[in-house]
Amino acid sequence: MEKQQQLASKPIRFLYSWLVFFIVWLGFTTTLQIPEVLTGLFVSFLLAFFYYDTFTGWGFKGIKLSNIWWSIVYVLNFIWLMIKANFNVARIVLTPKMPINPGIVEFESKLTNPYAKMVLANSITLTPGTFTVDIIGNRFYIHWLDVTTVEPEQVYKEIAEPFEKILLKMFN
Amino acid sequence: MALHFNLMDIIVLVIITLALILDFYRFLKGPLASDRVMAADTMTVSSAAMLVFLGLLFDRYIYLDIALIYAVLGFVGVIVVARYLEGGV
Amino acid sequence: MVQILTYLGYFLVLLGAIFLFLGGLGIVRLPDIYSRLQAGTKASTLGAMSLILGVGILALRQPGHWNWFIKAIVIIIFIALSNPISSHALARGSYRHKIKPWTKEDIDAYKDYIEHEGIEKESEEIKNE
Repeated sequence: MEKQQQLASKPIRFLYSWLVFFIVWLGFTTTLQIPEVLTGLFVSFLLAFFYYDTFTGWGFKGIKLSNIWWSIVYVLNFIWLMIKANFNVARIVLTPKMPINPGIVEFESKLTNPYAKMVLANSITLTPGTFTVDIIGNRFYIHWLDVTTVEPEQVYKEIAEPFEKILLKMFN
Repeated sequence: MALHFNLMDIIVLVIITLALILDFYRFLKGPLASDRVMAADTMTVSSAAMLVFLGLLFDRYIYLDIALIYAVLGFVGVIVVARYLEGGV
Repeated sequence: MVQILTYLGYFLVLLGAIFLFLGGLGIVRLPDIYSRLQAGTKASTLGAMSLILGVGILALRQPGHWNWFIKAIVIIIFIALSNPISSHALARGSYRHKIKPWTKEDIDAYKDYIEHEGIEKESEEIKNE
């Protein structure tokens, strides 16, 4: 973790942002005609020139084969949980008496990387019955549609652990 | 350009319209500002999806760009209102 | 091949539309803003994603429409990233606007934070800056 926090050199960060912005441009235009591609190279060059400092700290260091593998595992796992979440919402909405017992609970996360925390918060929002209200330092405040426990450790085990196991490997 | 709407297309359009009507009911009823903003946000996403589907039916590629921009604008609007509610603007 | 794409695409489109409808039903029926945000966010995100992916697959039936598929993926990624963030911001803003969540057993850990440590500390930080 310590090594990752070190910044990459400026030209490398610049090249990295240029590449990412250019790929985003290709995604937006979805064409390979020469004038479009040249314009894209120019525009992403300008954007990278102004924003590389805030856009990235590590450059290419974050991209490793193991990280890509764990990202794929994470996304598949996440899509499955999201589908489950929607059937859960459907069940609650279609039941006449609505079996809910909402409340706000908290837990402490073990993650240190801010990007990892953001991914965890978004994943919690999109998975069954839980919803991130706020993050303060390492504490997550979760609105839970069907509260079964208020003990932070138990909450952590039920809500966050399946994601964090993978996230710790992904941002390693 | 001949349009070929089959039964399935019409069913899908009707279901999305019903979803939009339900969202709009919450938008009218409130009772709080946040409820209205949330209903408007859900309507934005639903209608962006509907625009993409209509783009397929009319065979117009530009509808996809419009849907993307519409989703971006909805996102920015919700963030602005949330900042306002928090007292920061 | 065309038939498989047609069936898969229409299945995804119909599933997305049904999820959007259930999300609408959720935000009409549930009791308070936070629960409504739950239903609205989850259902509209997956509904829109599934519908748009279905359209991208349906467009692949026509030759030369690969750019539809790529644009659909771009829209899906954007929605998946932006929708949870906006609803999270809205929930936080509502709570700090003193809108109480509806609870059966009065479970509210966030209230303790807001009342005891949070607001004072944050306003001190702002003063110090």
